[in-house]
Amino acid sequence: MSEHIVPKKTYYAVFGALMVLTALTVFVARFDLPGILNITVALTVAVIKATLVVLYFMHVRYSSRLTQVIVAAGIFWLVIMLVLTASDYVTRNLLAPVARISM
Amino acid sequence: MAQSEATAQHSVVHHPALAHHFENLEQQREASTLGMWIFLITEIMFFGGLFLAYSIYRSWYPQVFAEASHHLDIVLGGINTVVLITSSLTMALAVYYSQVGNQRKLILFLVLTLLLGLTFLGIKVVEYSHKFHDGLIPGVHFRYDGPNPQQAQIFFWLYFAMTGLHALHMIIGAGILSFLIYFAWRGRYSPEYHSPVEVSGLYWHFVDIVWIFLFPLLYLVGFHVKG
Amino acid sequence: MSTAVIHTPAEGAAEPRTTYLNAGHTLKSWLLTLDHKRIGILYLLGVSFFFLIGGIYATLIRLELLTPQGDLVTAQTYNKLFTQHGIMMTFFFLIPSIPAVFGNFLLPIMIGAKDVAFPRLNLLSWYIYMTGALFASYAMFAGGVDTGWTFYPPYSTNYANTYVIATGLGIFIVGFSSILTGLNFIVTIHTMRAPGMTWYRLPLFVWAQYATSLIQVLGTPVLAITLLLVALERTVGVGIFDPRLGGDPVLFQHLFWFYSHPAVYIMVLPAMGVVSEIIATFSRKPIFGYKFVAFSSLAIAVFGFLVWGHHMFTSSQSVYAGMIFSLISYAVAIPSAIKVFNWTATMYRGSISYDSPMLYAMGFIGLFLIGGLTGLFLAALGLDVHVHDTYFVVAHFHYVMVGGSLLAYLGAMHYWWPKMTGRLYPEGWARFAALVVFVGFNLTFFPQFILGYLGMPRRYYTYVPEFQLLHVLSSVGASILAVGLILPAIYLLWSLKRGPIAPADPWMATGLEWRTSSPPPPENFERTPVVTWNAYEFRSKEETEVIGPMGKPDVSERK
Ligand code: HEM
Ligand SMILES: [Cu+2]
Repeated sequence: MSEHIVPKKTYYAVFGALMVLTALTVFVARFDLPGILNITVALTVAVIKATLVVLYFMHVRYSSRLTQVIVAAGIFWLVIMLVLTASDYVTRNLLAPVARISM
Repeated sequence: MAQSEATAQHSVVHHPALAHHFENLEQQREASTLGMWIFLITEIMFFGGLFLAYSIYRSWYPQVFAEASHHLDIVLGGINTVVLITSSLTMALAVYYSQVGNQRKLILFLVLTLLLGLTFLGIKVVEYSHKFHDGLIPGVHFRYDGPNPQQAQIFFWLYFAMTGLHALHMIIGAGILSFLIYFAWRGRYSPEYHSPVEVSGLYWHFVDIVWIFLFPLLYLVGFHVKG
Repeated sequence: MSTAVIHTPAEGAAEPRTTYLNAGHTLKSWLLTLDHKRIGILYLLGVSFFFLIGGIYATLIRLELLTPQGDLVTAQTYNKLFTQHGIMMTFFFLIPSIPAVFGNFLLPIMIGAKDVAFPRLNLLSWYIYMTGALFASYAMFAGGVDTGWTFYPPYSTNYANTYVIATGLGIFIVGFSSILTGLNFIVTIHTMRAPGMTWYRLPLFVWAQYATSLIQVLGTPVLAITLLLVALERTVGVGIFDPRLGGDPVLFQHLFWFYSHPAVYIMVLPAMGVVSEIIATFSRKPIFGYKFVAFSSLAIAVFGFLVWGHHMFTSSQSVYAGMIFSLISYAVAIPSAIKVFNWTATMYRGSISYDSPMLYAMGFIGLFLIGGLTGLFLAALGLDVHVHDTYFVVAHFHYVMVGGSLLAYLGAMHYWWPKMTGRLYPEGWARFAALVVFVGFNLTFFPQFILGYLGMPRRYYTYVPEFQLLHVLSSVGASILAVGLILPAIYLLWSLKRGPIAPADPWMATGLEWRTSSPPPPENFERTPVVTWNAYEFRSKEETEVIGPMGKPDVSERK
């Protein structure tokens, strides 16, 4: 059976990290960073927070390989949906110059 | 009824929570954890459709989204973020106490989690009613003074769809917690058998993760423009 | 219900054996059953009912198309007919058909388990299915839908005057039953296999079910959210997909096809699993390249998610994205081709017997080949611009869905009927019906390839007189096909009362399901089997005689 019991200390540490990251993301959001840096920082922090929750609160770090694969697959499928759809949206306007050349 | 079947069937003394079609509790626990994880995958894809729509429209109308987000209350959203993360901590601790078999602490932390969840929902109600008074509910009564009201309306339907769906999950979570508290109080859970607590914990943390993304995407997108 | 189950633990000493069928006769014992086999039968009743309704719609469609002018129904009614036909057949018949009926019945037995991992969820999924499908049917009778099964906005959101939301809600609900079935199967296959039943000893039907379940779990939620958004847009009109309000209708198509292309594999993968079982049994040879066939199922499930844009070549999707989707679509053909190749190689030099299940399986291979290859025509970006939304497409997907999935469903029905009911059907009639189905099917849908190629658009209720001959041929074919479908309904029902009693293993097949009695006891096996052999390890006739009739589950003395 041997179910892994995560020590309470770990939970408190993760909680502290999540709080710090929340403060950080609010703090950084106040500054007008160049380009897409604002959203990049916001999403990076969010991903780190989510990863902490998944690994420690949800025990994935200590779980079976199967669980880890399932988590990875879920994220991967979401990425498939986002990326392949984006492949349409980001290349739509590329057609314009071609149309001009042919005219 | 399933319990009595299980005991009738084999001479070995079985744990009362073991369903008849499983060989042992370990197999049963493995199955329920796996089942919950697969359910969470479906949840990822379910919310994923909304996140996709958000990405497309935000990339089309970045300024409008930034401006429209000023109508959300960062303080309330921030408080709710803290509340929800704290509730994840208490849930994790509840699972911990179910593993070590401390029934009193288990009940205590389940109740704390439930209270924090209800706090979150209460704050959400306050926020929604503000939006309602400001006429920011998408539809025929939508009123918006800034430029590009139609595109701002896209922001607001995304806001309501995403947070509304999230709130619905919170309500379901609160229902599950109430059941857990009842059964924990009846002494159903032990170090050998506590997978309902564990599995509900997974669900609760997942809902927390959704919010971890919603907060920056909805509340913080336009912060820098004003500040 | 399952209380009766308990009284049969010992060897069947008394004469009338307790089977899952006679372990409780009340209606309640069926409606509250947790036995996966009974739930499979409940699903069989459900999908048969909706197949019948879908078939009635198809009949009306073909009647209308007998003549060039619209004389039988109005344009509006015709729109409802093809929409409701499509919805019934895809969402309420084909998607649940093989997984929910045969998957439910067989999967636990094939892996040597007592039941699926979550029997309660399993029963719940049937109720959800019936609720959703009946609700949508009610909406169809009350007002109908005319958007096409694809629900494209802005028509579905802004213009259609029919019961779009109600029908969509029905499909939304049915989606949850699909998800629950998939979830249940994945967990069952992972956690409930009998001792010795390793992954590479699993029958290929189980591999196919596993791949199907992955698609159900990963794809269906996206359809759910998409339908919700359509309902939202229709009620409040806030620019989710409306270009006048800043939305993008093509976004709907992305979301819809993200589910609906993989959904065609929900329909065909289980069919492929069935065909693998049948081909092995009736060629008396192990499947050639077992691992290739097993992994090609998984490959199809994965690649299936990467190609949805091939339905959108003529939308305003970027051409570059179109090129990418076109290329990847070709990649999906590879695992499908591997399967066809391996089935043929299995039959090569096998000792083939042409029993009715085998006839259906061979029909599947031929028709799926045509359906798949015309799919490649359509996946070619340049060609598709010409034949998109013509009868060429209609013919293509009917070759895959009817020629492929439906034939495999019928094959499965004949192959496992003795196991499920304990009765044998008249084989002569069964072969005759298989032939009628094959002829009727080709006569119905082959002319549609030509029609489409000549430019007949789909979803029109009138057409130019030049097309009449081909349309009449198609309608005649449909009548023949209908006869071919009614025949099995008659002789299978007849066999329930009059058919000879079936032995445990009428086909001398190899799966675990043939090593328990027909029909199986409520707990599937008298003792949990211990598996020491690979899938499709055939025995010689003499060996079978030594071991005796296969009703004994524990054959661990072999090897
Ligand atoms: C049983 C004999 C069948 C006949 C005679 C038949 C006939 C037809 C016809 C004539 C159409 C064209 C409608 C139009 O052009 O507007 C059609 C469409 C369609 N059929 Fe069938 N069909 C049959 C079985 C099936 C089955 C088993 C499926 C299962 C998936 C199916 C799925 C569809 C779908 C999805 C459409 C497209 C609906 C649309 O685009 O609006 N059909 N069928
Ligand atoms: Cu497709």
